[in-house]
Amino acid sequence: MSNKLNYSLSIATPDGYKNTPRQKAIILTGVVGLFVLVLTLFNLDTFSGLALYTSLSLICLSISSYAIDLYVSKPEGIKNNGVWFKSISSRGLYGWLTGVVLTLFYIVLYFYPQYLGLNLNGGANTGLIAFFDPLSRLLSGNPASQWFVYGTLYTIAILAFGFKFLLKYRHNRYEQLRTYSVMFFQLAFAFLIPEFMARLNSDTFSLPYYDLKNIWPLNYYNFEQYRVDSMISAGDVGLAILIFGIASIFIITPILTYKYGKRWYCSWVCGCGGLAETAGDPFRHLSDKRQFAWKIERWVIHSVLVFVVLMTTAVVHSYLEADTSKYWLTKDVFLILVASFLTLIFVLTMIFKRHELGKDARYGAIGYFIIIMVLFAMHYVSNSNIFLFQAETLRSTYGFLIGSIFSGVIGTGFYPIFGSRVWCRFGCPMAAILGFQQRLFSKFRITTNGGQCISCGNCSTYCEMGIDVRAYAQKGENIVRSSCVGCGICSAVCPRGVLKLENDSMKGRINSKEILLGNDVDLMDLVNQK
Amino acid sequence: MEHIVIIGNGISGVTAARHIRKLSDHKITIVSAESDYFFSRTALMYIYMGHMTFENTKPYEDWFWKKNRIDLKKGFVNLIDTDTKTLHFENKESLKYDKLIIAAGSKPNKFGWPGQDLNGVQGLYSKQDLENLEVYAPDNNTCKRAVIVGGGLIGIELAEMLHSRNIPVTFLVRESSFWNGVLPESDSAMINREIERNGIDLRLSTNLKEIVSDENDKVKSVIIEETGEEIACDFVGLTAGVSPNINFLKNSTIETHKGVLVNRFLETNISDVFAIGDCAEQREAIGNRRPIEAVWYTGRMMGETIAQSVCGNRIPYKPGHWFNSAKFFDIEFQTYGWVHGKKAKPEYEEQYHWKHQDDNKCITIAYHKDNNEFLGINTFGIRMRHEVFDKWLTEKRSVDFVLSHLKEANFDPEFYTHHEADILKTCNNFYQTA
Ligand SMILES: Cc1cc2nc3c(=O)[nH]c(=O)nc-3n(C[C@H](O)[C@H](O)[C@H](O)COP(=O)(O)OP(=O)(O)OC[C@H]3O[C@@H](n4cnc5c(N)ncnc54)[C@H](O)[C@@H]3O)c2cc1C
Ligand code: SF4
Ligand code: SF4
Repeated sequence: MSNKLNYSLSIATPDGYKNTPRQKAIILTGVVGLFVLVLTLFNLDTFSGLALYTSLSLICLSISSYAIDLYVSKPEGIKNNGVWFKSISSRGLYGWLTGVVLTLFYIVLYFYPQYLGLNLNGGANTGLIAFFDPLSRLLSGNPASQWFVYGTLYTIAILAFGFKFLLKYRHNRYEQLRTYSVMFFQLAFAFLIPEFMARLNSDTFSLPYYDLKNIWPLNYYNFEQYRVDSMISAGDVGLAILIFGIASIFIITPILTYKYGKRWYCSWVCGCGGLAETAGDPFRHLSDKRQFAWKIERWVIHSVLVFVVLMTTAVVHSYLEADTSKYWLTKDVFLILVASFLTLIFVLTMIFKRHELGKDARYGAIGYFIIIMVLFAMHYVSNSNIFLFQAETLRSTYGFLIGSIFSGVIGTGFYPIFGSRVWCRFGCPMAAILGFQQRLFSKFRITTNGGQCISCGNCSTYCEMGIDVRAYAQKGENIVRSSCVGCGICSAVCPRGVLKLENDSMKGRINSKEILLGNDVDLMDLVNQK
Repeated sequence: MEHIVIIGNGISGVTAARHIRKLSDHKITIVSAESDYFFSRTALMYIYMGHMTFENTKPYEDWFWKKNRIDLKKGFVNLIDTDTKTLHFENKESLKYDKLIIAAGSKPNKFGWPGQDLNGVQGLYSKQDLENLEVYAPDNNTCKRAVIVGGGLIGIELAEMLHSRNIPVTFLVRESSFWNGVLPESDSAMINREIERNGIDLRLSTNLKEIVSDENDKVKSVIIEETGEEIACDFVGLTAGVSPNINFLKNSTIETHKGVLVNRFLETNISDVFAIGDCAEQREAIGNRRPIEAVWYTGRMMGETIAQSVCGNRIPYKPGHWFNSAKFFDIEFQTYGWVHGKKAKPEYEEQYHWKHQDDNKCITIAYHKDNNEFLGINTFGIRMRHEVFDKWLTEKRSVDFVLSHLKEANFDPEFYTHHEADILKTCNNFYQTA
């Protein structure tokens, strides 16, 4: 019995949190489905389209039945009982196993796709990839690739675990709508539309694979030469898509973020966020809340941003022409445009938002400085071959380190260890841009409710971004943080109704208080006015 | 530089320490026998339910205290010598102070029931209580049934906790309806139903007669006063309220009654000794408030106030409008201003009541029957804005104003269904028929 005293270290599993026989049977169904997928790796050649659909259906069925069994019979409300006791969600054995398996899967997917059955010589695929051919042919008319397999499983995860999330939060309309939204964007924009677009391609007309909601710099390869060339050569449609891609980041994103905060993207649209909010939901409390983690976060994420800006500039620069005779946008014009744009943002921020930034301003200043210096360098070495090599090196390094290792292997593989939003928090350059704007120029905030906070810590525990929400709430201070993705869970789990996500005027958005509402009004005036 | 010593690292003591640090350079020491670091008592239930770890309940990281030069001392004070300004600890150590703040909190009430000190019988207040709970009620094998005695806020939390581990719970409530000393009848009735919906065996108007022991001094069953029924159980939770934790002051010169007696400046009868939080008892009650208020928010407010006095700006404790909140299983409760239960209701207080058909939301609004002044609101299942009600109470708005502006006070998450129109209609009907 003594081990039960260890409750706070979450090693003991008090009975009552074990799976019931029915739940075990349900899990087994899913495992059978997954097992079929594993079997295909051995090229047994006995699998048909029927086997594919059966196996995928079993997986979906298992997840949704489990969710129904878990939630429907219980009254609506917050259902976090035993989260810290269950092995899978408390870095127990199952948690680690899941983490290791997921990580291995990502490593194989990114670096050894031949083990999944990819034919590196361009011939027909085998194994797991060939297993997905029937579905791929149905959608795009082409055989499957490793990315098709991944996309299918990814979409299934968002849909099935999305269903689970919908049941878990069936009392909360905000959570419901937001989840329908990510499920829709994943299914339609990330999965189906690009496949259908592939059907339009012919010898004379070809669009690159394009998930329209995937915006640069998350989609860091969007402005690479082969993509831009192919969009331009695809006539009006291609051009429209190219312009949409540019408008997304420079026009649409700022407007929506101003009105609603970065949540419009991070927890309503984005696929990475979508997976984190659905399949990742059981792991959200594992995020690191220490102030130390916050310090690391700010350096890392902004470094990635600087990296992606440089990399993209270098890549675009590398394929532009040097002389004006062919097209107005030459290497030098491009560099000047980038430099002016960055300077404009930098100067405007320093003039209007200096007082709100304080210490953080140095991150901005350093990043800005690095980029400008490199732009200069680019200008002077632009004609040498070394530079071409550099652009390519930058691109492939970024793709390897950030695109594959960070966002895939660490970002998703480590869900059961570091929580669900490691990538969104530490790595995503899109989140850095949106967050910068959310912090400085947005109507969004999380309002705290007067003096009602009891410092219980539910909000901080369940914040997947590791924001110490309680630190603000117990001071009666609104939460205006660049990393907040507006998932709304802190507000949902708060047992005292202290937190509300809302869009309101910019004035008084940041409202630090020393003495909370409820005390002597004269004392509040005396202390808070200082 | 003075040495300020605070007994108790709960919300009151810690708030006082933080504010004293902001205002001054005094040496600050917080003494506690319970835990090394401040944790949130209100979150104890979530540890047992597996929502949080103990670590998660600490509002400040461990480095916070050193950085802010707040010394922490673990130990139990068993004597205060106010003449020499010295604290004596159980382990014979001692500590000198220049100013002393007593923030010792509460302890669970025990009313002399036979068997109340058996193994497996306990209250729920401290970290140690939680550890004992893990011993006697870790799961439904060890604990086949639990009985909870006392229908208050902690009792219902304990019921929810045990229920989360599938332990059958019998809940003995002395009153005819849950917490109806505080809640109006209709509010209280809805909570009765919520308790039963969650599968708790709720026994209203039922008193405990005695707790029966097995051969190992462990609880075996309880006997009901009214019916003589014997209920077999492995755990008994005593949650019939709390009272100030001041036994250690018995042999000191500090004047006590139920709690440590303080004036409006939170000063005791001894100079340089103050008391705040759950353990303080006002010599004269403030407004409608009780002399002892064992809630989180008042502890915090007293901490904010005492820091001023200790640092040279002597001010009285002057709390603003009353507010509070709780959660009954899945139903959140907030209150602003005064809404009274049947027994305590003053003659001038009238009430409107609205309840949603789903039986999980309701509000009760109290107003003065002579001049229609809005007096307070209880809201269940609908979140409301503290700031707005605080303002309306200060402005002495009429109940009609409040009803027609209720939307401004709504604090529910976005996209939630609004009920203001329905509430207004119900209350208007009520008005016409009344
Ligand atoms: C389970 C539970 C849930 C609650 N929920 C709510 C809620 O939702 N809302 C609300 O408003 N209130 C709630 N309360 C009440 C609230 O927690 C208390 O009012 C508040 O914690 C009191 O704070 P305090 O600082 O006065 O005392 P405490 O938090 O009790 O701190 C006193 C500390 O002093 C220590 N101490 C005492 N004597 C000595 C000594 N002689 N030597 C050394 N150390 C000593 C004690 O060990 C203790 O650590 C709840 C209480 C409990 C138990
Ligand atoms: S602060 Fe709240 S809304 Fe923002 S990310 Fe954290 S839990 Fe989600
Ligand atoms: S805001 Fe709510 S959840 Fe967070 S600490 Fe305060 S009461 Fe708890």
